[in-house]
Amino acid sequence: MTIATLSTAPFSRVTPTRRTARRVLPGFKLTLGYTLFYLSLIVLIPLSSLLFKTFSLSWAQFWAAVASPRVLASYRLTFGASLLASLVNVAFGLLLAWVLVRYKFPGKKIIDALVDLPFALPTAVAGIALTALLAGNGWVGQFFEPLGVPLAFNRNGIVIALIFIGLPFVVRTVQPVLEDFEKELEEAATCLGATRWQTFRYVIFPCVAPALLTGFAMAFARAVGEYGSVIFIAGNMPMVSEITPLIIIGKLEQYDYAGATAVASVMLGISFVLLLVINALQSWQRRRSGGKS
Amino acid sequence: MSARAGTSEPAWVRRSLIALALGFVFLFLLLPLAAVFTEALRKGLGAALEALREPEAWSAIRLTLITAAITVPLNLLFGVAAAWAIAKYEFKGKAFLTTLVDLPFSVSPVVAGLIYVLMFGAQGWFGPWLQAHDIKIIFAVPGIVLATVFVTFPFIARELIPLMQAQGSEEEQAALVLGANGWQTFWHVTLPNIKWGLVYGVILCNARAMGEFGAVSVVSGHIRGQTNTLPLHVEILYNEYQSVAAFAVASLLALLAVLTLLVKSGVEWQFERDHKAALELPPEKPGV
Repeated sequence: MTIATLSTAPFSRVTPTRRTARRVLPGFKLTLGYTLFYLSLIVLIPLSSLLFKTFSLSWAQFWAAVASPRVLASYRLTFGASLLASLVNVAFGLLLAWVLVRYKFPGKKIIDALVDLPFALPTAVAGIALTALLAGNGWVGQFFEPLGVPLAFNRNGIVIALIFIGLPFVVRTVQPVLEDFEKELEEAATCLGATRWQTFRYVIFPCVAPALLTGFAMAFARAVGEYGSVIFIAGNMPMVSEITPLIIIGKLEQYDYAGATAVASVMLGISFVLLLVINALQSWQRRRSGGKS
Repeated sequence: MSARAGTSEPAWVRRSLIALALGFVFLFLLLPLAAVFTEALRKGLGAALEALREPEAWSAIRLTLITAAITVPLNLLFGVAAAWAIAKYEFKGKAFLTTLVDLPFSVSPVVAGLIYVLMFGAQGWFGPWLQAHDIKIIFAVPGIVLATVFVTFPFIARELIPLMQAQGSEEEQAALVLGANGWQTFWHVTLPNIKWGLVYGVILCNARAMGEFGAVSVVSGHIRGQTNTLPLHVEILYNEYQSVAAFAVASLLALLAVLTLLVKSGVEWQFERDHKAALELPPEKPGV
């Protein structure tokens, strides 16, 4: 996903010797100071307003907002659909990364660039485009409607939108790992008599697994918070196809700031946990692949 | 022959994997993109252009451009400062700071909008004070800019941090030893080294800033002709069953996305080329 993953330049571990008295680069106080100032202004203080507002609620108020049947149904839907979509992303993300790294075929560069489309395409545009495709009279939906499997305006649509949104995460985390993978390991496995499948299963897959898990967690985190692409296609029926971010919007539109804040704080808590999990996974991945390159 | 067979799959496996991958890309990426343009042109090019000539569409385009024009430079300045502090120095709490920089990525856009309503809305912390001084932030342009700055906050910083870390600071040290001051070092040594990462971060930040929907939707108030950005305008038209108009405006955003992907691929290509050239420079290091 990042240009830095292209850079194979190893971290410089060569510390200068004592004699060439290392000069300290100027600007530490300025840049760190500005970073902390801007971070506080844009991110930390506004986020803390959410916490303060949450703590000003009574426990009964809070609980009534975050654990009403309609909200509970939205959690189940949001997490269930996100889980399903990210699992699909893991499978097809690995497939895409594999095909892009290992095989040559016409149009490969275009496909590679196209993988980032969900990052670049505004979510609202993705939402209405997918709805147009999947509705009963759409290019794709028309084949599923007669089978009794409507794709739009229900949970199927939500999962499909979330698959679209999460796809680049898995591809872009797995791709660099596959690119750096040393062919010698595969050759060794083959020399030792492994079949191609065994080589993949026991040599390649374990190497890719941390990246795959990181991509999964990123896609999942994004899916849980996703709003724009989902609301057009979801049908938004309470208890059935209403996602949690929409619950927050609904409460805001009724000027129920306390309720919206309570539900939002639950989502924020979940984001925090997911962020920590992703961080832990990434450092695990770095340790796993660190020694080699 | 057998060694070759060991590190690649039989032809039929290769072909079916490629076919499966292409099928997936076609269904999930290419078709939605194509659908935007076809739906827009359903009643001909004239009808689509008509939708773009509406004054409300123009004001949405203007607001989207203004928002991006404020957001991107702000996050660019922050990105460079944060990357300099995090990549060039060692200090306590660095890992934690890096995590905080990433935080806006994992916050739901809806929550991002809500926190500014809680700060500046009529019921919020500064609400009474703002009302007393007749300053509007929520349901006005400043709120839209703030929400957009929040959701695009990490883009440039997180491109630059790993890039500058990988480059180390030997070149900057050398410049200082040769008598350059801090600014000269930054402009003439650091900036040329990070230029592609910078461009990369800026185009991604810009794409998201112009396309943000959830966060902006919460703070905008949807006042037509005043606080509607392009994505919000798409939503309004769509909900009014003006399908052709909605997709016409959406195809503007889709074109922006395609342009972003093109520039991005170009930058990656340039970066790889520069990188390869740099690797080929020292001939005494074989097999890097």
